[in-house]
Amino acid sequence: MQTLYEKLWKNHVVHDGSGETALIYIDRHLVHEVTSPQAFESLRIAGRKPWRLGSVLAVADHNVPTTNRSNGISDPTSRLQVETLDRNCEELGITEFKMNDLRQGIVHVIGPEQGATLPGMTVVCGDSHTSTHGAFACLAFGIGTSEVEHVLATQCLLIKKALEMQILVEGTLGPGVTAKDVALAVIGEIGTAGGTGYAIEFSGSTISSFSMEGRMTLCNMAIEAGARAGMIAVDDTTIEYISGRPFAPKGELWEKAVSYWRTLKSDEGAKFNRVVTINATQIKPQVTWGTSPEMVTTVDGRVPDPLKITDPVKRNDMKRALKYMGLVPDTLISSIYLDKIFIGSCTNSRIEDLRAAAEVVKDRHIAKNIKLAMVVPGSGLVKLQAEEEGLDKIFRDAGFEWREPGCSMCLAMNDDYLSPEERCASTSNRNFEGRQGPAGRTHLVSPAMAAAAAVAGHFTDVRDIHESL
Amino acid sequence: MEKFLDCKGLVAPLDRANIDTDAIIPKQFLKSINRSGFGRYLFDEWRYLDHGEPGQDVSQRKLNPDFVLNQARYHGAQVLLTRANFGCGSSREHAPWSLQDYGFKVIIAPSYADIFYNNSFKIGLLPIVLREDIVDQIFREVDLNVGYYLIVNLKDQTVTTPTDETYTFEIDSFRKENLLNGLDEIGQTLQHAGKIREFEDRKRIEQPWLFT
Repeated sequence: MQTLYEKLWKNHVVHDGSGETALIYIDRHLVHEVTSPQAFESLRIAGRKPWRLGSVLAVADHNVPTTNRSNGISDPTSRLQVETLDRNCEELGITEFKMNDLRQGIVHVIGPEQGATLPGMTVVCGDSHTSTHGAFACLAFGIGTSEVEHVLATQCLLIKKALEMQILVEGTLGPGVTAKDVALAVIGEIGTAGGTGYAIEFSGSTISSFSMEGRMTLCNMAIEAGARAGMIAVDDTTIEYISGRPFAPKGELWEKAVSYWRTLKSDEGAKFNRVVTINATQIKPQVTWGTSPEMVTTVDGRVPDPLKITDPVKRNDMKRALKYMGLVPDTLISSIYLDKIFIGSCTNSRIEDLRAAAEVVKDRHIAKNIKLAMVVPGSGLVKLQAEEEGLDKIFRDAGFEWREPGCSMCLAMNDDYLSPEERCASTSNRNFEGRQGPAGRTHLVSPAMAAAAAVAGHFTDVRDIHESL
Repeated sequence: MEKFLDCKGLVAPLDRANIDTDAIIPKQFLKSINRSGFGRYLFDEWRYLDHGEPGQDVSQRKLNPDFVLNQARYHGAQVLLTRANFGCGSSREHAPWSLQDYGFKVIIAPSYADIFYNNSFKIGLLPIVLREDIVDQIFREVDLNVGYYLIVNLKDQTVTTPTDETYTFEIDSFRKENLLNGLDEIGQTLQHAGKIREFEDRKRIEQPWLFT
């Protein structure tokens, strides 16, 4: 009896190393501009060429502007980094969706969208949110630049087998509660180091009910629980999503592939090292209050009080976080006012996310205290589809800025950032100090909750808005 | 990678848990296409009073006198002592690069985030795991003793204090050998090139859709 992880692992072992380490074959290597330049350079210096060009797909996403790009990138360092990726891909013959290509977008959005992420694959990228692709029953994880070079040169990685955690989520989610809230609730439960050393498999009735986009949101956040990889078994939802996509197999190959993909689930009775059970019916919309994703509470909750924490280290951490975030203990979350709203990132920038947010803001307007509300679609194709559905008009009419695809304010490597002490309701994945801008204050929420906060001007329970819809 | 040499290093304490990679090296510095020069931006938001951007003249910037690494007693430190879950967050290898470029050869903590831990080995920066209570003890000793150093012996897997207290640490044997011998991992993997090709040939038959 094998778990999904064991099946994926065994299927990719080229050579057993010592102990729990093995040389693992990499099927798909996604590349972006920030973590690759030094890898390409070192490859060149060593006189090596990529082992398998067809496995590589590249895109620039971190540095690209989300405003009109016809004038290129104004920041010279960012421009150089993007041009370096372009040059490296051209020289080596690597497929790249350049900045003005309609298919360009955030790397973890375009992979699945293109059908380049297929079940059973090992997928790596120099980016920790590579865990996203685990939604397709892939073994997908983030790597550093040296490993990027290693994969380019050898198509393999020497990795240590992880322990296995099953996170069982059962029950029907309440209205207005989403995969993002489940992700935050899980992290709130097990902590940002709860998954360290583990590969997490998410299963249970709630997970099965998720669309692929919901599954991607959940697996995306696995790394925020410390787990390098998160994954979900294949089912009809998976197959339906992939069917017909550009890189997906067709005809006879499709039939063969589907037949194999359906085996990608844990066997009945397979054992995990740790099992965590979550009751989905009890999950409420989540809002982070601190400087780590585990510092989270429910929308109807309050900012915690450090004086109630007995552990002195935890108490100090909380004090520091509250000071940074400019929050007073026991403040109602629903009384926290925002300056900016960011709907985007590899966590929540796909069409369903945009639909959910649009539904909340339709025929409404952002509050007077909101300085900037922006929607950054995850890819050119997501943007196009949203425009065909009239979502862009809904957002614009509501006072949002409708932008071009990229990582944008998730980590603020381009021109989209918070000014010091500005407070943001963000659909991204990290609320670390300075993440969205020096001294910027990030609160992580779902797209619908960010939209609701935009309209109210402060955090508000999206379930109340849902009732009135 | 250069061989890891045993060191007798001054210890700098960073008494905070969950130090994330955004804190270690903020994102604006990731725009560089070079592998070096990150040391001056290590812990940038904490280390300087002004906000840093790439290309600035670092000598003109104001140091934060309250930040531990800026205190004279810790100048030249080669061992960073810190708390649980060090390096959480991003996969940016720039985090270990900046620590190494700054001058650290060894980190000591009760635990690390997976990707950071892994990345450190790739560049010969040694992340040592010691039990929480031992780390606590060393924090206390560092605080009380200016010039506190630790002797790190990778071969013996030991950390020895100035009063000859010796602690052992665990380390994966493959990683240890690579560090001791400064081995090129890619070169080692390419020795299995034949096996990699065999694997691909098999896969081409079993899962042909992966090779179109």
